[in-house]
Amino acid sequence: MEPVRFWLNGALVEEHDASPTTTLLDYLRRTLRQTGTKEGCAEGDCGACTVAVLDTEGPSSARWRSVNACLVLLPMVHGRHLVTVEGLRRDGVYHPVQDALARAMGSQCGYCTPGVVMSMFEACYRDDLDEDWQVDDQMCGNLCRCTGYRPIREAAQAIAGLAPDDHFARLAASQVPPAPALSYEAHGQRFFAPRSLEALFDILDAHPDHRLVTGATDLGLDVTKRRKRFPCLVSLENLSDLRIIEARTDGLTLGAGLTLADLELVTRRLLPPLSRMLRYFGARQIKNRATLGGNLANASPIGDTAPVLLALDASVIARSRQGERVIPVDAFFEGYRKTALRPGEIIARVDFPSTPTDARVGVYKVSKRRELDISAVCAAMRVRVGDDGVITEARIAYGGMAATPSRAHRVEALLVGRPFEAVTFEAAAPAIADDFQPIDDHRGSAWYRRTVAQNLLRGFFEETRSARFRPLPEAPSSTVQVEVAS
Amino acid sequence: MNAEHPPRSPLHQPALHDSGYKHTSGEALYVDDLPLPPGTLHALPVGSNVARGRITACDASAALAIPGVRAVLFARDIPGDNLIGPIVHDEPLLADGEVFYCGQAIAVVIADDIEACRDGVQAVRVDIEPLEPILDIETAIERESWLVDPHVIARGDVRHGMAHAATILRGETRNGAQDHFYLETHATLALPEEDGCVRLYSSTQHPTEVQKLVAHVLGLGSNQVVCEVPRMGGAFGGKESQASNYACMAALGAIHTGRPVKVWLDRDTDMAQTGKRHPFWTRYEAGFDNDGRLIALDVHIYADGGWSIDLTGPILDRALFHLDNAYFIEALRFEGRACRTNLPSNTAFRGFGGPQGMLVVEEALNRYAEQMELDPADVRRLNYYGAAPRDLTPYGQQVTDNRLERIHTELLTSADYLARRDAIERFNAGSRFVKRGIGFQPVKFGISFTKSILNQAGALMLVYADGTVQLNHGGTEMGQGLHTKMMAVAAHELGVPLASVRAMPTSTEKVPNTSATAASSGADLNGQAVKAACEEIRERMRPVAARLLDVPAADAATLHFEGGYVSAPAGGRVTFAEVATACWAERVSLSATGFYRTPGVHYDAQAGRGRPFYYYAYGGAVTEVEVSGLTGEHRLLRADILHDVGASLVPGIDLGQVEGGFVQGLGWLTMEEVLFDANGRGLTTGPSTYKVPAVGDVPSDFRVSLLERAPQPGVIHGSKAVGEPPLMLAISVVTALRHAIAAFGRPGYEVQLAPPCTPEAILRAIVSQRDRALTHAVGLARKVAASPEL
Ligand SMILES: Cc1cc2nc3c(=O)[nH]c(=O)nc-3n(C[C@H](O)[C@H](O)[C@H](O)COP(=O)(O)OP(=O)(O)OC[C@H]3O[C@@H](n4cnc5c(N)ncnc54)[C@H](O)[C@@H]3O)c2cc1C
Ligand code: FES
Ligand code: FES
Repeated sequence: MEPVRFWLNGALVEEHDASPTTTLLDYLRRTLRQTGTKEGCAEGDCGACTVAVLDTEGPSSARWRSVNACLVLLPMVHGRHLVTVEGLRRDGVYHPVQDALARAMGSQCGYCTPGVVMSMFEACYRDDLDEDWQVDDQMCGNLCRCTGYRPIREAAQAIAGLAPDDHFARLAASQVPPAPALSYEAHGQRFFAPRSLEALFDILDAHPDHRLVTGATDLGLDVTKRRKRFPCLVSLENLSDLRIIEARTDGLTLGAGLTLADLELVTRRLLPPLSRMLRYFGARQIKNRATLGGNLANASPIGDTAPVLLALDASVIARSRQGERVIPVDAFFEGYRKTALRPGEIIARVDFPSTPTDARVGVYKVSKRRELDISAVCAAMRVRVGDDGVITEARIAYGGMAATPSRAHRVEALLVGRPFEAVTFEAAAPAIADDFQPIDDHRGSAWYRRTVAQNLLRGFFEETRSARFRPLPEAPSSTVQVEVAS
Repeated sequence: MNAEHPPRSPLHQPALHDSGYKHTSGEALYVDDLPLPPGTLHALPVGSNVARGRITACDASAALAIPGVRAVLFARDIPGDNLIGPIVHDEPLLADGEVFYCGQAIAVVIADDIEACRDGVQAVRVDIEPLEPILDIETAIERESWLVDPHVIARGDVRHGMAHAATILRGETRNGAQDHFYLETHATLALPEEDGCVRLYSSTQHPTEVQKLVAHVLGLGSNQVVCEVPRMGGAFGGKESQASNYACMAALGAIHTGRPVKVWLDRDTDMAQTGKRHPFWTRYEAGFDNDGRLIALDVHIYADGGWSIDLTGPILDRALFHLDNAYFIEALRFEGRACRTNLPSNTAFRGFGGPQGMLVVEEALNRYAEQMELDPADVRRLNYYGAAPRDLTPYGQQVTDNRLERIHTELLTSADYLARRDAIERFNAGSRFVKRGIGFQPVKFGISFTKSILNQAGALMLVYADGTVQLNHGGTEMGQGLHTKMMAVAAHELGVPLASVRAMPTSTEKVPNTSATAASSGADLNGQAVKAACEEIRERMRPVAARLLDVPAADAATLHFEGGYVSAPAGGRVTFAEVATACWAERVSLSATGFYRTPGVHYDAQAGRGRPFYYYAYGGAVTEVEVSGLTGEHRLLRADILHDVGASLVPGIDLGQVEGGFVQGLGWLTMEEVLFDANGRGLTTGPSTYKVPAVGDVPSDFRVSLLERAPQPGVIHGSKAVGEPPLMLAISVVTALRHAIAAFGRPGYEVQLAPPCTPEAILRAIVSQRDRALTHAVGLARKVAASPEL
């Protein structure tokens, strides 16, 4: 049987015995007693556990990625290079991010600090951090209860994109081979990470008790919060077939295994509405692991990508040994956390038809906290307007309003065939109450969800009044980008 | 730095946090990081899943059958007294027959590792016959479920005052709880020692209390228990009293098994079991004269103390002491009561009731300004404490060194308040869906433990023969930079470079009988004690140094200690290390204790009179927000703060306290929401459901200054306490939000908004503004239609 092998701060670690659901964080802290990395929540929401992994699978060259060690299962780092806070200082010299943070007095109690440092570490080697809001996006997964963030933000801005030509940059540039396939077993639990679809389907056939996993940002919570153990996990992370990006004249194909961080970047140009939604999806550490496939397969009522897919009339392409099956997103969510996927099928990719030129698109996410929060309501809307100013098609989709991400069919019916004017939206808004009976919970009352859902329709009209409107990824003052002084 | 100019005293100079590089390199050790002695076991509490009930049966057999589980301990296994608590011993460490809140510890499971321990916790069977719980303040009032005696502070004739008021505002207000969300959860490692003694490494603000209560629970003397605090990963009051419970569990386990035992809570357990900032419900009546002066204020405040007393008494007191905030009120009656409910026992949290008290008077002033269409900053200025007779607080303490006017003027000028308020009015007039608002908030906050005897501190300085120094004091380091400040004080007094001073972990074996590091008092109290100890050693060193420098003994007092040298006025110097070596050789003692007690503080709770505070700290903030009328979301566009820390001991540290306090306050007031279900079970027990501010919630334009040229007489090197006061500056956000929300309605409408001002709360307030405006418009239309002359 194979061990899990990885490089921790340059040193090879081999593990034969740890259960495959051991989190990387527990392994670092409890088994290796590397206690620099902290646990603040074990649910991906505080960032104290942030470490950096060299990602060799993404569409670009190998890159350092900050990830939440509390939601990474140990076998997922097989064949990879890992850097933790203890590995940054080399030959007694502090890394520029350590220096920058200490000098800015960006630590008080210091418990968030190792995680902050590792998020800054990724920022230091990123070449796409051009604007300040991106630095906030980079850092929003690191909660600090002491400093009030001003010094952290300043230090992060100072080092973003610094890219020193150092050991870490050279390692990233050194053609590190991609992680090899893995089949691992310990304490009666198995973990497979195949590299080809062939191998994948063999494993799925051989292990009917399998559970798929990609980024584990959902499944990891079953492990840490519900203490679930899985007899057989099959990781889709190493399948290059699931990471295709194909822009055609008639549409765009995005692989289900692409990380949301990669998606956010490529869709900035290719599909701005998705990019805009992803700006307020989780935090950087989550987006560096989470995938589109996982978000859809999870079928959560508050999955944020689903409304975008619904509004843009996308299709999910399922893949099994038998071949491919096209499932329109409209037919994909069958019920609360239930999808149209059949046993033995995986989500391979998502097809987006190209957006018609007469379409107006808006996407919105409303939550208690702007960053790193789950939606109270999210929405994506696409309305086509004919030359005569009459609405010819309306796809109005919401999350957080029903048991599945859903379209507001009654609202849509009241829009189509009517002029693209404020009164039309005003008249359609009350139909939200016919379309949805949202629930009360800690994220918002039913009243709030209904009211916001209606207001988003109004906001959508105001925002897209000008046909030139494009959803921007930048941080606006509020969800709806109307009247915000530019 | 060249040798001719030795480094100056580090006091009042820029400096880094003494642990800054250790934090950023991951070397800084917290309790859960300490190397584990061989054989260390893990322990975790088994919590009640019922808010109130009678325990009918406990069965640990299934837990004990799990491989690795070593023991399951119940109340009956406690060798000493099961009842603990910081002031009153009313809390069973382990439930005995009855449970009083959901999460209450019933048993402790001890196992080889944390996984087995968690399995064990799940396997312990506890049968509880549920009883009806009290889950809110209203029910508690109805059932007269009280925790402590009422506290009343009164002055003048409040009814008479109301009778003469031109405007009377009556209202109810409430504030939500707040979880501390220190990044490091509760943790203690307990080691059994010889003769039945225990040594603890604990994440606590109050090592002496941990020591006392562990001794109490185990039936030991205090001298048999040592409690050491390496450092804390945040505390904010949450580790003032409540660390003791987990320390006691670890100690109990260590004594029972004879092996080291660690308790470290995961986030969910921590948030489910530990107390929060007290929610308050308040009824008030405020009378204003024609000029806008608050001339009468009648307040009944009710705190939700949770299931046990904990620190609720003094928290209620401090709420009453801050109902006046910065304002002189002629006639008043403040009555405070604390409710006993079946929720976690609410506890100290930065501000200690002060913020809750202030919110009440600030709401009254905001409502008045809205009704009268006045600038709320003007209303505040009109009401400030001033010259006699407007300088007496409700409890009779004179407000001296009043810096309110100065802060008001300097801050409103530097923040360009008036021009921005005008610009906002113009912006709002032209914007339908988005409105802006600006708010100003002054703060006056009393410094000292209001229980006067707690205002004492000790230090132990050790100078070694090589001239290096160990610094021990009674305060604990939780991130606030206390060690950095104490090192600066010690280096200054002894005239040594900072690098020669090592701050030792706080330990009850170095300084006994300490008070909690709380009430913002850490530097004030311990600083004086450190100074006294250093002075003692320095004075002993003088004659020795004089001999080395050939200075007559009579002139020893003229020697100057600075930067690692002792120098004579006429020239000539020796190193501090040489003097230390010479002291050793001459058999002069190089260690000393220092002690300090704050002079002149006292308070008579029966009479509601006294001088509870040594002095007041002041500050002001101006905040600008932008609110979406569609979703209720808001954003901070800019915040300007001017805060009074006296002559700052270490300015960078104080700046961090001001910024961090402000942001913690804005979390409490705008997003943090502690929720329980109908059975009293916590719904927000992790950061996925409980939202504290993230980086994007902080204004990108954040201008914080410390008041210049403002040394405070009688305090260590002219500095002032800084931990708590800035939190209340965040009330400016509420005022700014109200300003923006008001713009959705018509002038003269009061805004209906209670914190936490979540998007939902704000949207409700906006909808009610709009509805009233609409009703008004409809009414107007009817009037117009009915009016004959038109
Ligand atoms: C802190 C935090 C913040 C979050 N914020 C958001 C947010 O803002 N918005 C939001 O929508 N979600 C959020 N999530 C949820 C989660 O990150 C997303 O749902 C993510 O897209 C899941 O992707 P994954 O690859 O990690 O899925 P995994 O956890 O690996 O898998 C999730 C489920 O999908 C299945 N699965 C995975 N990949 C495939 C595939 N290719 N084909 C078939 N089945 C598959 C798995 O079997 C599993 O049942 C958050 C989670 C955390 C922990
Ligand atoms: S421990 Fe909080 S994000 Fe991992
Ligand atoms: S420094 Fe304490 S949490 Fe960030």
